[in-house]
Amino acid sequence: MGKKSEVIEREEVVIRFSGDSGDGMQLTGTLFSDTAALFGNDLSTFPDYPAEIRAPQGTVGGVSGFQVHLGHSEINTPGDFSDVLVAMNPAAIKANAKWIKPGGTVIYDEGNFTEKNIEKAGYEKDPIVEEKLDGYNIIAAPISFMVKEALKDFGLDPKSVLRTKNMFALGMIYWLFDRKLDYTEEYFEKKFRNKPGMAEANKIALRAGYYYAETIEALSPVYKILPAQIAKGTYRNICGNTAAAWGFMAAAEKAGLKLFIGSYPITPATGILEELAARKDLGVISFQAEDEIAGICTALGASFAGNLAVTSTSGPGMALKSEAIGLAVMAELPLVIVNVQRGGPSTGLPTKTEQADLMQALYGRNGECPVVVIAASTPSDCFHFAFESARIALEHMTPVVFLSDSYLANGTEPWRIPKMKDLPKISPPFADRKEIPFLPYKRDEETLARSWAVPGIPGLEHRIGGLEKTVKGTVSYDPENHELMVKLRAEKVERVVNEISDLVVHGADSGDILVVGWGGSYGYLITAVRELQAAGHKVSLVNFNYINPLPKNVKDVFRRFKKIVVCELNMGQFADYLRIKHQEFTYEQINKVQGLPFTINDIKDKCIKMLENK
Amino acid sequence: MAEILVNKYTPKDFKSDQEVRWCPGCGDHAVLSSVQRALAELSIPKEKFAFISGIGCSSRFPYYMDTYGFHSIHGRASAIASGVKTANPELSVWQITGDGDALAIGGNHFIHVIRRNIDINIILFNNEIYGLTKGQYSPTSTKGLVTKTSPFGTVEEPFSVGELVIGARGKFFARTVDTNVALSTQIYIEAAKHKGTSVIEVLQNCVIFNDGIHDTIADKEVRDDRTLILKHGQPMIFGKGNDKGLILDGLKLKVVKLGENGITEKNLLVHDALEYNPGIQYMLANMMYPEYPVALGVIRAVPWPTYERSVHEQIEGIQKTAKIKCMDDLLMSGSVWEVE
Repeated sequence: MGKKSEVIEREEVVIRFSGDSGDGMQLTGTLFSDTAALFGNDLSTFPDYPAEIRAPQGTVGGVSGFQVHLGHSEINTPGDFSDVLVAMNPAAIKANAKWIKPGGTVIYDEGNFTEKNIEKAGYEKDPIVEEKLDGYNIIAAPISFMVKEALKDFGLDPKSVLRTKNMFALGMIYWLFDRKLDYTEEYFEKKFRNKPGMAEANKIALRAGYYYAETIEALSPVYKILPAQIAKGTYRNICGNTAAAWGFMAAAEKAGLKLFIGSYPITPATGILEELAARKDLGVISFQAEDEIAGICTALGASFAGNLAVTSTSGPGMALKSEAIGLAVMAELPLVIVNVQRGGPSTGLPTKTEQADLMQALYGRNGECPVVVIAASTPSDCFHFAFESARIALEHMTPVVFLSDSYLANGTEPWRIPKMKDLPKISPPFADRKEIPFLPYKRDEETLARSWAVPGIPGLEHRIGGLEKTVKGTVSYDPENHELMVKLRAEKVERVVNEISDLVVHGADSGDILVVGWGGSYGYLITAVRELQAAGHKVSLVNFNYINPLPKNVKDVFRRFKKIVVCELNMGQFADYLRIKHQEFTYEQINKVQGLPFTINDIKDKCIKMLENK
Repeated sequence: MAEILVNKYTPKDFKSDQEVRWCPGCGDHAVLSSVQRALAELSIPKEKFAFISGIGCSSRFPYYMDTYGFHSIHGRASAIASGVKTANPELSVWQITGDGDALAIGGNHFIHVIRRNIDINIILFNNEIYGLTKGQYSPTSTKGLVTKTSPFGTVEEPFSVGELVIGARGKFFARTVDTNVALSTQIYIEAAKHKGTSVIEVLQNCVIFNDGIHDTIADKEVRDDRTLILKHGQPMIFGKGNDKGLILDGLKLKVVKLGENGITEKNLLVHDALEYNPGIQYMLANMMYPEYPVALGVIRAVPWPTYERSVHEQIEGIQKTAKIKCMDDLLMSGSVWEVE
């Protein structure tokens, strides 16, 4: 579509789309990342949006952003600093100025930089000057004006016309990165199948942006990011919530069971319930309960009745579910409790990410109440660890807490699609009629799991419940029996260690610093550690997915490093947990509690300081 | 639920090997016995029954039944039973609960199971007191009742169970007295046959902490004159010697004496439990002595689609025309691309 000006090949680039929460930035970012993925780039995305659906227009509090990091090589994070910022209003500059790479490109909608909006964003006159961005590649594009012009004879109302601004901006970005428009155009044709006018309007705006960028040639250099060198296979983009939902469905299929989800909507976990509610084609039973407690209780009832049962929530909902988790521990029924962590305590930062519910997952219940705790580390591996959580719950007859977080839930990345035949079969310990008289708490010698006698089988009628029981299922207040049962339940969870994978050391298996992470901060940690390694530092990384029980080789890995640095988005919960479980080591900490992921520089700078002080 | 004809059971077949630990003289014993009688009559295979309870004296019930049972946590039995029935609609699911368990801590789940009309039979033991914690007032305690936590009398208005059930758009409500085994058995059978949430309020006596609370109406000497046993299609007649009845006087119910002012059986209201409009049933459920007799029997039983059937029908309907038949189909659906 025309001659390009100067073209620069880049290994990777970070683009941030930013505007009012009504400006459609999430859609713009998603369409761009899908197009990049189809082109073959590796990528990672991070949506960052306010809790209010429509916060006051034009204010910094109302800014919604979507960051895409794409590259020719492996990409593990959405990136710290953006090469290109698309700012739909002055507030978007305010919110993102310090996250633009020095000399980066800023494209902004001139038409929206009115006196009033500039003032609302907290500037006096000129945001570019006031942020000292004047040396940057600044493109003031008359986006609002241009879409009005492009669509003036189209018969749309002014509001709908202005809604296509984001597509104009996207068109400019497509030009800048030499990407084709066809995927986005097809998207509009499908989305507005019954409103061809709207599809056409968006396509016109998209193309207008593309041609505008070509015409002004201000957008030089044009970036070129070649497809990434990634493993052969079939890929798709997936976010953590969808991946988790699919992991549970895959587990149900492998176990030959129906999947039941009992949940109450809560940010940022709702996507899991929504995805499963849509999957009636695969027979998923979704129960939107009246509250968080009913969410887990309906799931537990479904588990009693023989389904693979899941409940999904975030921290505050987790608090409400804790009594029922205790019941699941006592009844020894399979159940997966998903906690998509967000900033806490209380309502906290509902749309922001944090890893501060670890202790809650491990210990947040009355009594001696151990559960298996598993954490996912990337958006796509939510599939694998959701599957694993379900497998362990079913085969070991125990509740499993599956920890994700807001960053994983909403972030996307390309994912090599697995084949169902390559996933392990799941074999729950179903009771059969040979076991008459059925003893509800008789255990498998190896796993200590009890048998699962599903209602409907003649002769296996039995009673379970929250009161302490004997092996026979009789209520018992006997002191020795209680202690025995407490120990058996704990031992059952401990023995899960026999089927979880060992810790993998990224880098040399000895050195000066072992960076220790868990769950969702993996992407930042691995990027930082690789950069440190490339600079010649003796730094390696382990990232935990199995939290309870911990993998067997922890001690063996830890003892080979001079310093162990635990990095997490909380005040040090995993470090404290390791201090309980592996007291022989000294742990240093890097913590951040801002509702945001780490930045790579955070980790690198702090590690380098520690290396200097060694 | 598939009603397969099976060998007749006897009530004894439903007795578990557990020792019944309720206080001697507790009304719960009679409820247990009535339920076991009803189940024996139902022609449902024993392994299809699941009894789910919360916390409270009555919630020990599942241990005494030789069926599948789950004694859960306080207030949550409605939610757990909802999960059981939705997961497997073939089961006959019974919830055992009390006035504290269902109406205080479990109030939210109670109204929502009713609103959804999940086919669960809820037996609510109403003794107007907290027994297991030894004598505190409950959400059904009469205003002014002196208890350990209301030493000067409660200042709260009580719930009326029937009013709450109808307010939650309930389709089945019945009331019985613990000691009336014949009536109770009949009601449990009707509740089991009704498709949808059935709530049966049992006026149950706590012999230790609220003894005789229902005697005013349930005592043998007075019960004929102070209770009205409703039967669908029958005139509303009560009293020793069937000498009293109910008529509609303007917008209110009124007790009349047969033979007085020319009133005969023909003037009496005829009970219609199947009527969707709950107007009369609502007034019947709320009748209180001494102005009225207390209504017993099946007060409301309206046929209505059940939640779990709708859930499964929706799934089956979608599956018929769905393109995605298994996980591999889903994994490969939408935007995917090959990397060579």
